[in-house]
Amino acid sequence: MKFYDVTELAFRNLRESLLRNSLTTVGISVGVASLVAMLSLGVGLQQLAGRKLEKSGLFDTVIVTSRRDLRGYEHDQERNGPSPAESPVLDEAARLKMEQLPAVKEAYPDIRFVTELRFDGMPHLTMVAGLPDSARTNDAFDGMQGTFFTSHDAPQAIILKSFAEELQGGTPKHGEPEPGVAELAKPLLGKTIILRYAQRAAAQTSANTSLASDDMSAMEAAYSVVSKELTVTIAGVTDLNPDSMRGQAGARVYLPLDLAESLHVVQTSDLRNVASDTAGTPTYSTVSVRVTSASKVPQVEAAIKKLGFNTFSITDATKSVRQFFAVLDLFLGIFGSLALAVASIGIVNTLVMAILERRREIGIMKAIGASDNDVKGLFFAEAGAMGVLGGLLGVALGWTIGQLINLGTNVYMRRHDFPPEKVWLVPWWLVGGAILFSILVSLLSGLYPASRAARLDPVQALRYE
Amino acid sequence: MSSPTAISLKDVCRNYKMGETVIRAVDGVSLEIPAGQFVALLGSSGSGKSSLLNLIAGLDRATSGKVAVENQDLAALSREALAKHRLKTVGMVFQSFNLIPSMNLLENVELPLRFAEVERAKREGMARQALQRVGLGARVKHRPSELSGGEQQRASLARALINQPRILLADEPTGNLDSRTGTEIMTLIREFNESLDMTVVMVTHERAIAEHYAQRMVFLADGKLVGDQVNTGAAK
Repeated sequence: MKFYDVTELAFRNLRESLLRNSLTTVGISVGVASLVAMLSLGVGLQQLAGRKLEKSGLFDTVIVTSRRDLRGYEHDQERNGPSPAESPVLDEAARLKMEQLPAVKEAYPDIRFVTELRFDGMPHLTMVAGLPDSARTNDAFDGMQGTFFTSHDAPQAIILKSFAEELQGGTPKHGEPEPGVAELAKPLLGKTIILRYAQRAAAQTSANTSLASDDMSAMEAAYSVVSKELTVTIAGVTDLNPDSMRGQAGARVYLPLDLAESLHVVQTSDLRNVASDTAGTPTYSTVSVRVTSASKVPQVEAAIKKLGFNTFSITDATKSVRQFFAVLDLFLGIFGSLALAVASIGIVNTLVMAILERRREIGIMKAIGASDNDVKGLFFAEAGAMGVLGGLLGVALGWTIGQLINLGTNVYMRRHDFPPEKVWLVPWWLVGGAILFSILVSLLSGLYPASRAARLDPVQALRYE
Repeated sequence: MSSPTAISLKDVCRNYKMGETVIRAVDGVSLEIPAGQFVALLGSSGSGKSSLLNLIAGLDRATSGKVAVENQDLAALSREALAKHRLKTVGMVFQSFNLIPSMNLLENVELPLRFAEVERAKREGMARQALQRVGLGARVKHRPSELSGGEQQRASLARALINQPRILLADEPTGNLDSRTGTEIMTLIREFNESLDMTVVMVTHERAIAEHYAQRMVFLADGKLVGDQVNTGAAK
């Protein structure tokens, strides 16, 4: 029989026992829907986590230090690479070279220094760090009070919640409720703090060195250290730490990177450089390299190591996160498939019932010339048709369930002051895959009934009333 | 000039097992039927005439002996080839008509054309023509349940002949009909036998019908061939 004849007859047979076949099809669609819903949740959560990790800047960052520092994160690198004295200097030229590497988004110097700052006439000691403009999208600032820096060198500061507490008289006592960020930020936003820091100035031109000067050419081998002050406005207070990767060295006050750089604060490397032959140019103790995606980190790391620097990243952590989601997806898929497995038993049942009911019809068809394959094809097509319909219906149903989950989650998130998130996502491959899977399962379920129908003895079947 | 042999049976046996006992439904039957002959298989109920017809139709296989139709040994055919034999070489009508109740007459008659992979465009015309030939041109869209027994049997005749087989096998075609419609059907069958030079093998237990229409009468009892006579008295 030709394909369209088989299909036409299959659909007409399905229409004949409409209720039973509809119920079977609904069974399949529920199975497909649960599979789609489960896997979409897995995909959605994975993407959500991926977005969060990406925004955190933890997994797409390579931290570069000079071997000259003798404090590399990996001792192997020091032993295997060129000796520290022969290794290159981590300066502006090196930074530019890194920025030229493929898959590198940006490379910025890590400026951080300990400073004493004054607020309301009271002194506070803390670490200050420069923050590049690209950090704007870091999700540590998602729930921030106030605003991000208005420009890359604005005299503004963003402070951590813990520091905001300190500025207002210390952390709450044990057992007392912790004040919210909004509450802490209210009296601080727009207020000024005065930073006192040690500026590195070339000895003979120290009088001319201004805060805004970026001209490093005047630098000489000798420095004078000048005490300076800078007044900045508190622009934002954030609950989450954008610098969590640094642990104890993490800063609690952030300045725009360009502003921090222009201060020429004395760095530990400066002291050493005074005595070395590279003394002419200022160097960075650390450069942070942002990579376009976490998967490119090892490649970039290797390229930077080739340049002769020490590197550090936490890509291994992303690997385990990805592994976790692969396992999660697998389990969600298995749970989703269970419903489809139950539905497939429904198909077998429906078709076996149909064979019993249509036994005589099968006998007639064989008597007038239907081959085993014609009969098999017909039952197979009926199973397939239920699979197609069930798959389409199931994807639609699964999609609707997902939208409801999204809606419900976001209502909940909003109620708890979180930004809305898409926790549930149906990618196209899943739509196509679910329908194909449904057809495949249905055809597999049809295998036994179809071959049973084909094997039916026509003489026996014709006798059946 | 004698006609070529259409059906040749040589020492054909068909045994069925019913628990411990073996039932010999067909027991050593040998028979030659020339092309174009109208043969009636006569016998009482359980004499093996329907079993013999099923063997010729290729619906069943002989336990031993040789069943050859148009010089083709059916035992040598695969299941697929046997289906083709039922589709093209023989056409069958049954006592209980065996139309598919969920299909209308046109669809029923078209069904063998679907199995024969005849093009869709040609099929409807062929089926309509076949139904017209049996006088059902006006009822093509009716379902079998909406027709009388005689009309159903005529439709089943149209279906049996749609693929232009050379042999018509009829299993008690008038068994469920009153004598008037029975006569109509028999007249139609003989008409096909004569106008298309079709070989007809008809199973019946009504001797009167056999004597009236068949050219040859073969008698079976307990699966054995017990008589074979030319019927000179068949009405023309």
